[in-house]
Amino acid sequence: MLQVVCLFIPLIAAIFMPFLFKKIRNIHTGWFVLLVPLFLAIYYATFVPSISKGETAVVQFDWIPSLGISFVSYIDGLSLLFSLLISGIGALVVLYSIFYLNRKKEQLHNFYIYLLIFMSAMLGVVQSDNMITLYLFWELTSISSFLLIGYWYNRDKSRFGALKSMMITVAGGMMMLGGFVLLSLMGGTFSIRSIIEQAPLFATNDTFVIALVLILLGAFTKSAQFPFYIWLPDAMEAPTPVSAYLHSATMVKAGIYLVARFTPVFALSEVWIWLVAGIGLLTLFWGSFFAVKQTDLKGILAFSTVSQLGLIMSLLGVGAIAYHVNDAADTVFKYASFAAIFHLINHATFKGSLFMIAGIVDHETGTRDIRKLGGLMSIMPVSFTVALIGSFSMAGLPPFNGFLSKEMFLTAMLSVTEFDLFNFSTWAPLFPIIAWVASVFTFIYSFYFVFKTFTGKLQENELPTKPHEAPIGMLISPVILAGLVVTIFFIPNLVTDTFVKPAVMAIQPFLYSSPEDVHIHVSAWHGFSPELWMTLGIIVVGLLLFVTLSKWQKYYNTLPEQFTLNRLYDFTVNELLGSWMTRFSGLYMTGSIRKYLGYMFTAIPIIVIATLFIKNAFVVSFEGASPIHLYQIILIFVLVIGTITTVYARSRITSIIALGAVGYTVSLFFVIFNAPDLALTQLVIETISVALFLLAFYHLPKFQKAEERTRFKFGRVFISVAVGVMVTLVALSAHSQKLVSSIAEYYKETVYSLAGGGNIVNVILVDYRGFDTLFEIAVLAIAGIAIYGMIKLRMSRKEKNHESK
Amino acid sequence: MKVNNVILQFTTKIVFFIIFFFAVHIFFAGHYTPGGGFVGGLVTASAIVLLLVAFDLKTVRSLLPINYIYMVAIGLLIALGTAAIAMFLDEPFFTHFFDYFYLPLFGKTSLHTAALFDFGVYLVVVGVTMTIIQTIGEDE
Repeated sequence: MLQVVCLFIPLIAAIFMPFLFKKIRNIHTGWFVLLVPLFLAIYYATFVPSISKGETAVVQFDWIPSLGISFVSYIDGLSLLFSLLISGIGALVVLYSIFYLNRKKEQLHNFYIYLLIFMSAMLGVVQSDNMITLYLFWELTSISSFLLIGYWYNRDKSRFGALKSMMITVAGGMMMLGGFVLLSLMGGTFSIRSIIEQAPLFATNDTFVIALVLILLGAFTKSAQFPFYIWLPDAMEAPTPVSAYLHSATMVKAGIYLVARFTPVFALSEVWIWLVAGIGLLTLFWGSFFAVKQTDLKGILAFSTVSQLGLIMSLLGVGAIAYHVNDAADTVFKYASFAAIFHLINHATFKGSLFMIAGIVDHETGTRDIRKLGGLMSIMPVSFTVALIGSFSMAGLPPFNGFLSKEMFLTAMLSVTEFDLFNFSTWAPLFPIIAWVASVFTFIYSFYFVFKTFTGKLQENELPTKPHEAPIGMLISPVILAGLVVTIFFIPNLVTDTFVKPAVMAIQPFLYSSPEDVHIHVSAWHGFSPELWMTLGIIVVGLLLFVTLSKWQKYYNTLPEQFTLNRLYDFTVNELLGSWMTRFSGLYMTGSIRKYLGYMFTAIPIIVIATLFIKNAFVVSFEGASPIHLYQIILIFVLVIGTITTVYARSRITSIIALGAVGYTVSLFFVIFNAPDLALTQLVIETISVALFLLAFYHLPKFQKAEERTRFKFGRVFISVAVGVMVTLVALSAHSQKLVSSIAEYYKETVYSLAGGGNIVNVILVDYRGFDTLFEIAVLAIAGIAIYGMIKLRMSRKEKNHESK
Repeated sequence: MKVNNVILQFTTKIVFFIIFFFAVHIFFAGHYTPGGGFVGGLVTASAIVLLLVAFDLKTVRSLLPINYIYMVAIGLLIALGTAAIAMFLDEPFFTHFFDYFYLPLFGKTSLHTAALFDFGVYLVVVGVTMTIIQTIGEDE
């Protein structure tokens, strides 16, 4: 029970943020927020002892049981690791943000609401066993990330970056939903666990590969894999705590999580291995290659994140090969999945700290442009140390944790050459080569990041503010993370035994029956193996290239800007969708409501009447019709006269009154035909809408009926007659034929026993179709707020105009 | 242009309460006879509209110092919360509960979570209607 409720704790906490921010102004709202991830981290830590033994914890919570949709919190090694990352790094990031965001200048409640929504969404993604709820949380991460990136919404770049990230990740998410639906059709369930159990049967299914590709599209867009990585650098417009949290530790890793989680389902397919390993490797190389080109500190880190995510992705792809090898647990392939998870942890620690340092540099010097920075070492010694630790770990140097996972990465890539299924032998030698080249570039950008910022000459006149060391509070989080970087290097096996091995078991459940079966011992010194020689090569070549960086950096610009992927995105969004589509829609969206109604009422009769005749559904029978009384005929005359008056009235007030007469007559009909509920509602609505009309009446432009009246609009008469005919035909047909008995009988029988009520209409509203009503009032609320916002905005603009005049 | 509508204003003061209590009656009766949160909310709103017609916006605002936007939010939360209660009792979302109780003064009464949900609807309807009318009325 608590396990599922924990997913929603951040969401619930988010509700209180505006009050905390508005009422308690002396305390930074972040201190209250900090309690949430702290609590969650401690709660999830209590799972560690049992999960590391290979147990799992499942709690199910029905949501829509009739459709098989439920909140299932499934905690195994993999989801526990992610949950701990989310809550742990979350706590550090919140702590950092308390000092980063000024409580007097920033809209903190917005910030923390988005952050908390994100936290819930992310926990939901990694713990959901139900694919539909997984998708729900998945898109919620996209939306909250959109809000966070666009947090400084008055900057053009923020809005652009936010939109870009959302367009790409949401589109991928929808593809993924398609994949989920296909999978559930194959397996007859939405539960990932039972899909995994049935997985071997799916391989022959026609739609298997389609589902695979669709789900991978979701994972690749989220994890910024090639060619979808273009959103990540633009997402750097977000406040730095957000970049540290979303774009290094959590959200981008959702794609990694998805690939890891679905490896047992898809690993049997060669398409999976080729795509995951290939795209991963390509992304690794591409990201590392372009990171060196960047001049923005966060830009470097963004591209390096892209490349590191590619690294983890390629490892997962290679790890899937283990499914095709006999006794895989004894071969070298077992390293790949292990290294992927291990590197994931390491990456979260060192990249988190590096992002925070970039934020500190930005905060204390006023710029992130690496060309203006330099020589900060003596001014900011603590930041420099942390940056050094993080960068060296990223470059894969001892004694930092990045070295360990990097060595395992090289081991895994070398092992690919031993594999000769699916024509791998021809391409396999490329794997270690690309990996090595990419590692050289990783080395260069790591050095570039730290040494260009902290060493060299201080250009104080270039900096907007006078640089000084960050306040202690801001340094706590990066120092803790840097501490972890070093600690993990010295006690790697403690970490891997507790966290990595259970997660590996989740990725390869067929190979291992308990985490102890994963026989991998991490050691910093592993002999003079090929991996070590490769690392030495990386250091030598990397150093050489770094020293000569200024000489060859300009060659990056030989690739013309017109042919980059970003250009393609801009073209699609601005030209294709932006101006062409606007021009096209401008043809019919004229702003005249009369025309819009014309379009709608032309389309509806055509569709309905055509359907009636195509389906041969038009039948007339007067059986069971009630007799028509004289007073009903009189009322109909009133109705008709009222309608005609409305159209031909000379003044507006006559029109309104005539319209009111029509409304009241209709409600009289409701009374006659035993629908008191409808009559009541209609009466009140009629009253209020007349009042509303009168309110707006004064401001309406002059009545221009005279000019309109002279021309008889044949088109409009035709449309209105068509609508009338359509309604009559449908009503007659509906009355004349009943395939199934009316549902009213069911309601009549059950309204008292099931719902404990007497008025069917009301019981339907609040009980049988409560969902409907809930969404209806939500729509109503949105409409109300929209009108409020629209008019208030116009009013405030008017005031501004007055002031400027 | 200030018109002194003594008769209208005096009548309104009395009729307002009649309409309002009728709305309350409609609301509570809704489960067994015509009525419910939606209509009840509309009737309440029309009572306030009557006040607006008789007096002006400022007077009504000082008489009923309600922020209708908050009302909408609270209504939505109540409706959603009621629907969510069931989840905490291990029942599907939107399961309603009802039972009969013997209360002092009222005698045998049925208490129904649907009424709570309906109250949320009521608040949203009043809130939205009044928000729209008020903002349009304020816009000069």
